[in-house]
Amino acid sequence: MSEAQNKPRLGPNGRPVRPFVMPETLGGKLSVWRYIILRRIVQLGVLVLFFGTFHWGWSIKEKLLLTGNLSSSSLLDVIPMADPFATLQIFLTGHILESEVIIGAALVLAVYLLLGRVWCSWVCPINMVTDLAGWLRNKIGISNMVSLKRNTRYAVLVLTLVLSVLTGVAAFEWVSPISMMHRGIIFGLGFGWTAILGIFLFDLLILKHGWCGHICPLGAFYSLTGKTAQLRIAFDTPTCTHCGECAKVCPEPQVLNLKKASEAWMVASGECTNCGRCIAVCPEDTLKFNFRQSIKKPESVSATTQPRRNPT
Amino acid sequence: MFQGGAIAVTGGLGWSYLLTQQAKAAAFAIRPPGALAEKDFNATCIKCGQCVVACPYDTLKLASAGEAAPIGTPFYIPRDIPCYMCPDIPCMEACPTGALDHGLEKIEDSRMGLAVIDIENCLSWKGLRCEVCYRECPVKDTAITVEKHPRLISKHAMFVPIVHSNACTGCGICEKACPTEEAAIRVVEPKLVQGKIGEHYRLGWTIDTEVTQEFKPHPRYKRITPEAPKTAPGMDYLNEGDL
Repeated sequence: MSEAQNKPRLGPNGRPVRPFVMPETLGGKLSVWRYIILRRIVQLGVLVLFFGTFHWGWSIKEKLLLTGNLSSSSLLDVIPMADPFATLQIFLTGHILESEVIIGAALVLAVYLLLGRVWCSWVCPINMVTDLAGWLRNKIGISNMVSLKRNTRYAVLVLTLVLSVLTGVAAFEWVSPISMMHRGIIFGLGFGWTAILGIFLFDLLILKHGWCGHICPLGAFYSLTGKTAQLRIAFDTPTCTHCGECAKVCPEPQVLNLKKASEAWMVASGECTNCGRCIAVCPEDTLKFNFRQSIKKPESVSATTQPRRNPT
Repeated sequence: MFQGGAIAVTGGLGWSYLLTQQAKAAAFAIRPPGALAEKDFNATCIKCGQCVVACPYDTLKLASAGEAAPIGTPFYIPRDIPCYMCPDIPCMEACPTGALDHGLEKIEDSRMGLAVIDIENCLSWKGLRCEVCYRECPVKDTAITVEKHPRLISKHAMFVPIVHSNACTGCGICEKACPTEEAAIRVVEPKLVQGKIGEHYRLGWTIDTEVTQEFKPHPRYKRITPEAPKTAPGMDYLNEGDL
């Protein structure tokens, strides 16, 4: 027993497994938190741009900066943007739409086809709520009240589309807590806070990563479009010791299937939100952002599966 | 599998109920100019609020949860801030989906609602000289006219405003201007108040066609004019010498 304790556990690559240690220095901490800080800046920044344009008339050369909200918007009165999922739902109600919203939806879709499911972790305001709930439930140590398959969201996605056809209104847009939140922050919240609190309590008390990871049909939609995304978490297979630190912090841990990642040299699942949490905690620097094209997988398959031995 | 299906169906039914209840909330909402018919508007509005940003008078609002319009859709309350009928219709121009129909060319052709007068509480209908709504109306003398009711015994002459639905845009400037404590002229969704007499009533005198031009009495019809009696019977007998 004591021998096992003294002898360091070895990863499949023969290197000792090291745990992630939070650095003592502020600089080190900031480095670990760099993606979280960046994400909050982007999430809040987008809302501030909308808010400032509406309430204070922010503009450049008399062109309003960013009007609308995350459902549909216009950048400098020129570039239209629209939520492709909302646009799809409206399309399914059987109405012909103006070209502006279709172009906008195509533009946004193109961005997410390139960058993956970054909407969920870098833009969506509900992410701040569910991240807070997730952090708090870890601190307090709350266990799940129910279990739910992560594939439930795809059923909700299908239901959204079917109900849009049947009821003649965009089914998710009419109940979406995401829209309620960003619309509420920009244009007035009303009783919308109840929906946000509901999501928070659901994630805090009932199910870990309950909303974003199990139910949200918009997340499901971007998971599907993210399948072929160019921006990926590259996985430097030979350096991984299978310590598991990445999966501990990942809000979608099923995407960090180390066997699959070792073979593909990247996190290939569309459900990965490219949030960068795993990159920050990896003690071996195995994980990095990279574009699919630049991820160099060695020619021989054996090199990827065969663990590299220590030279000693 | 069956369980999953049952949950999906139950959830779907509950969800549909929510959606239809929401859609019903629209009956009282006054929409921006060019808004499609309520059902189509509900379907196509993406709830982005670009019309709200474009409105230079802060008239438009996006409904938050619990307000008198389906959540996230634009509406306005004329008594707070009416629509000032910008000739370039910036709200409609801003709409990315066409829920505000880009086919609307003149703001005077928009039908946001219909002004109706509560004649029990209208100052003009009480015989006072008010007519504020008439004077403020941006389509004056067309959407609102003033009708003179001559003085009756021991009563004022009245100058009463009348709204004409064929010209009223429902902008609500009259409602904003109305000096009574609660507005006596209000903009409402036309469906709530407007009747329809039906196609089968032919108001002949209003129709100017060949047929109506030739409306004449039937040839068999003879005007019956009672012959005036030559003498008043039984009146002169006192003067006759028979008695």
